[in-house]
Amino acid sequence: MIEAWQSQIKAAAAKGDKLAIVGSSASALPAVSTIDTRQHSGIVEYEPNELVIVVRCGTPLATVEKTMADAGQMLAFEPPYFGAESTIGGVVATGLSGPRRPYAGSVRDFVLGTKIIDGKGDHLSFGGKVMKNVAGFDVSRLITGSMGTLGVITEIAFKCLPLPKAQQTRVFDLNAADAIDKMNRWYGQAHPVTATTWVGGRLYVRLAGAAPAVKTAVEKLGGEALENDAAWWADWREQKHAFFAGETPLHRMSCKSTAPPLDDAEQAIDWGGAQRWIRAPLHDGAKARYWAKQFGGFATTQSAGSARQFSTEGLDPALLDVHAKIKASFDPYSVFPGLEKSPLLQAGEG
Amino acid sequence: MKAATLFEELAAILPPANFKFIEEEMRPYECDGLSMYRALPKCVVLPENEAQIADILRICHAHRVSVVARGAGTGLSGGAMPDPNSVLLSTAKMMRVLSVDPLACIAVVQPGVRNLAISETVAHHGLYYAPDPSSQIACSIGGNVAENSGGVHCLKYGLTIHNVRKLRVVLMTGDIVTIGGDGLDSPGYDLLALMIGSEGLLGIVTEVTVKLTPKPQLAVVAMASFATVEAAGAAVGDIIAAGVIPAGLEMMDRIATRAVEDFVHAGYDCEAAAILLCESDGTPEEVADEIARVSEVLRKAGATDIKVSKNEAERLRYWSGRKNAFPASGRISPDYYCMDGTIPRAQLPRVLNEIAVLSEKYGLRCANVFHAGDGNLHPLIMFDANVPGELQRAEDFGADILELCVEVGGTITGEHGVGIEKINQMCVQFSPKELTRMHDIKHAFDEHALLNPGKAVPTLHRCAEFGKMKVSQGKPMPFADLPRF
Repeated sequence: MIEAWQSQIKAAAAKGDKLAIVGSSASALPAVSTIDTRQHSGIVEYEPNELVIVVRCGTPLATVEKTMADAGQMLAFEPPYFGAESTIGGVVATGLSGPRRPYAGSVRDFVLGTKIIDGKGDHLSFGGKVMKNVAGFDVSRLITGSMGTLGVITEIAFKCLPLPKAQQTRVFDLNAADAIDKMNRWYGQAHPVTATTWVGGRLYVRLAGAAPAVKTAVEKLGGEALENDAAWWADWREQKHAFFAGETPLHRMSCKSTAPPLDDAEQAIDWGGAQRWIRAPLHDGAKARYWAKQFGGFATTQSAGSARQFSTEGLDPALLDVHAKIKASFDPYSVFPGLEKSPLLQAGEG
Repeated sequence: MKAATLFEELAAILPPANFKFIEEEMRPYECDGLSMYRALPKCVVLPENEAQIADILRICHAHRVSVVARGAGTGLSGGAMPDPNSVLLSTAKMMRVLSVDPLACIAVVQPGVRNLAISETVAHHGLYYAPDPSSQIACSIGGNVAENSGGVHCLKYGLTIHNVRKLRVVLMTGDIVTIGGDGLDSPGYDLLALMIGSEGLLGIVTEVTVKLTPKPQLAVVAMASFATVEAAGAAVGDIIAAGVIPAGLEMMDRIATRAVEDFVHAGYDCEAAAILLCESDGTPEEVADEIARVSEVLRKAGATDIKVSKNEAERLRYWSGRKNAFPASGRISPDYYCMDGTIPRAQLPRVLNEIAVLSEKYGLRCANVFHAGDGNLHPLIMFDANVPGELQRAEDFGADILELCVEVGGTITGEHGVGIEKINQMCVQFSPKELTRMHDIKHAFDEHALLNPGKAVPTLHRCAEFGKMKVSQGKPMPFADLPRF
C-alpha cells in the first residue's frame, strides 16, 4: 500500500493535483483524488509490558482501544470518536484529546513516533517506539495535529498506560465561578481527578486510579455519586450531551484554566477550566476570539461532534513564516490541501 | 576589520563585565559536562534581559556570525561546546522567577533559573516542578528545554516536553515570538514540541512557563536484589504488567552498586548481580497498596531480598546511591564516559550481554545504571585519558553501544541530547531524507544556520564521510579531532 500511495503522491505532485487524505469521514477540502487510509490497517506490534503499541493509520480507533483494554491498558488522552468508524490516523492528524487531557496529557504527549509519506512521496520515519528519545527534532509531534497538511501518516507508535482500577464521578451544584475555583484548587491537591466538566449548573468530577485513592478522595471532596458515569463521560466526549444539541453555532475557547466565566453566555467549562464552550450566534465568534486572547489562548468556531479546523489565527508573523517554510519542505508541490492558501500565511510571507 | 565591528557593536549594548574576549576569562566556558570536547569561542556574552539577547542576535545575524547558547554548562553531549568562530551566549545572568500562580499551577521563569530552584520556590504551595535530572541542583531550565531533559521520575511525570506550557523565544533575526500558550493547546503546528529538545538550533529561550505538580503526600522506595541481571530486567516488565506505573524504577548492576556503596554507603546489596529501586508515591493508602503489590511481584520474579524504606531519610539514602552513580564512577576510575541509549526493555538482557562482550573487547570496565521503567540505559565506560589510546577506545566502545541500541529498535539518546558527541550516530538512526527535513526545519527558524552550527543534526556530507569510515572498519577516523561543520 505504501508504494502505491507513494506513486499516487508523486503523480499528483508532477501534475499539480491535490490529494485528499480520508479516513472514516469525507474530507471537505478540495481535491482531485483521495487516499483512503483505511486501506492500510492493523496492529503492527503490541507489547503491553513495554507500554508501547504500534498501529497502521487506517486501524479503527475502536479496534485499538479494544485490544489495549483486553490487556488492561488505554490511550490515556481519551480521544473522541466522532463516529463509530473513526481511525487512529485521524486521531493523530486532528490531534484531538478528550476529558482526561489536563490530567494525563494530549495526543502528542503519548505519540512516540510516526511514519509519514510526505508531499514528495518519501516515506519517512521520525521518533521511535521507546519512551525517551531526543535524537533530532521531535518531528513526530510536529506531525500530530497538523491536519494532513504535511503528509499521510502511515504508522504511529503510542505510549500506553494501565486502565484505572477504580472509578467514580461526583457531582456538585455550583455556579460557574465557584466551579472554576474548585477545578483549579483540586488540581493542585494531588487528588486522583481525571476529568472535570461544569455544565448546566453542575460540576462533574471524575475520580479514577487505585481503589484506596479514589475512596479517600470521595470522602474528602464530597458531592453526590453519578450513576452510570462512564456513559455520561462518553456522551460528553462525543459531544452528544444536550449542551451540544441544536443549531446555534458552537465556539471553543482554549484559555488559562483560571480565566473567569463569561457573563451572560450559554457556556460549559471543561478540562479543569482550560477549555470553554459557548453556544452563540456566528457573529459572536470575534468576541470569543478576543476573550480567549485576553486569557492566553485562542478560539475557533465549529460544528458539534467533529474535528475543528486547522487555525493559525493570532500567531506572530515570524511564526507564520516558519509554518510556511515547514509546509514548503514537506509538501513543496502543495499536494495536500490546507495551509498553503491561507491569507494569513501569505501575509506572513510578506 | 569585521571582527572589530562585531565586538564594538556588542560592547555598545553590554556592560563591560558581561562581555568577555580575553582567553583567561573565556576558559571557564570552553566545554560543558562532556569535558573531552573543548574549544574557545570568539567571545562570551552574558545578557541580562530579553532585549539584550534580541540585540545580540540581531548584531550577529547582520554579521553572519554564529551563536552557541549555554545554560549551566552541565550538558553531557557537548551541545554547549563553543566554536572558535561563534559567539557564546550564556543565560547565567537571567535567573529570576518572574511569577508563580499557585491556583493555575504554573510558574514563569527565566532560562537561567536552576531546575531545583523552581521546586524550592514553590514548595510552600505544596507544588514542585516534576522533571528531575540528576544534575538538578545545577542545571538550568533553559538547558532542560534545549535538551528535553527527563529524570528518575519521568515514566510517571513526563519529560520537559510534558511539563512546559509556553516559551518566549528570540529567533536569530532578533524577532521575539511566543510559542505555546496559557491554555492546553495553541493554533498552528506544535512548534513547542519542535523547540523543546532542539539543542539551541532554533532560537534562544528567554521565558519558560512551566506546569507545576502537586507534591505527593508520601513516597516510599522498595529496593530488591537479584541474582542475575536477566531476572532484574524481567521483574521490571512484571511490575508494568501488574498495571503499576511506579514514580521511579531504576536498576543498577554490581559494578555500579559496588562503586557507589564505597562512596555514599547507601545500603546496597553488593553481592546481588543487580538491584532495582522502585518508588511509589501518592496518598498513604495508595502507596501502601502499591508497595504491597510491587513487593509481591518482586518476590515472584525471584528477588533474593527486598527492603522497603521506613522513613524519608531512608528513602533519600536509597536514592543517594543512584544519584551519585556518575561521581562514584569518577572515584574508581580517572575518567568515565556516560552513554545514553534507550532500548525496548525486552532487549535488555541482549544489550547488557553485548555490552559485557564489548567491555572485554575494548579492555575497559563498564558500569550500568538504567532508568529501567523507560528503557533508558546509562552505561558508564571507565578509562584513563592519560593512557595513550584509551580515550579513543572509550569513544569507539560508546559508539558501538549506541549503534547496538539503534539495531534493537531503540535510539542513540534518551535524554542527554546529540550535541557534538553523537552526531555521527545520527547518520545511523536517520536516513538522508529524514535528516534533510530536519535541516529544512532548522532553516525555517534560522535561515543562515547560525545557531549552534554543527550540532545535533549532521550534514549529509558528514554522514557520507562517516559512512565510508564504517565500511573501512576498525581504523580510527582520519583527523578525528578536526571540526567538520
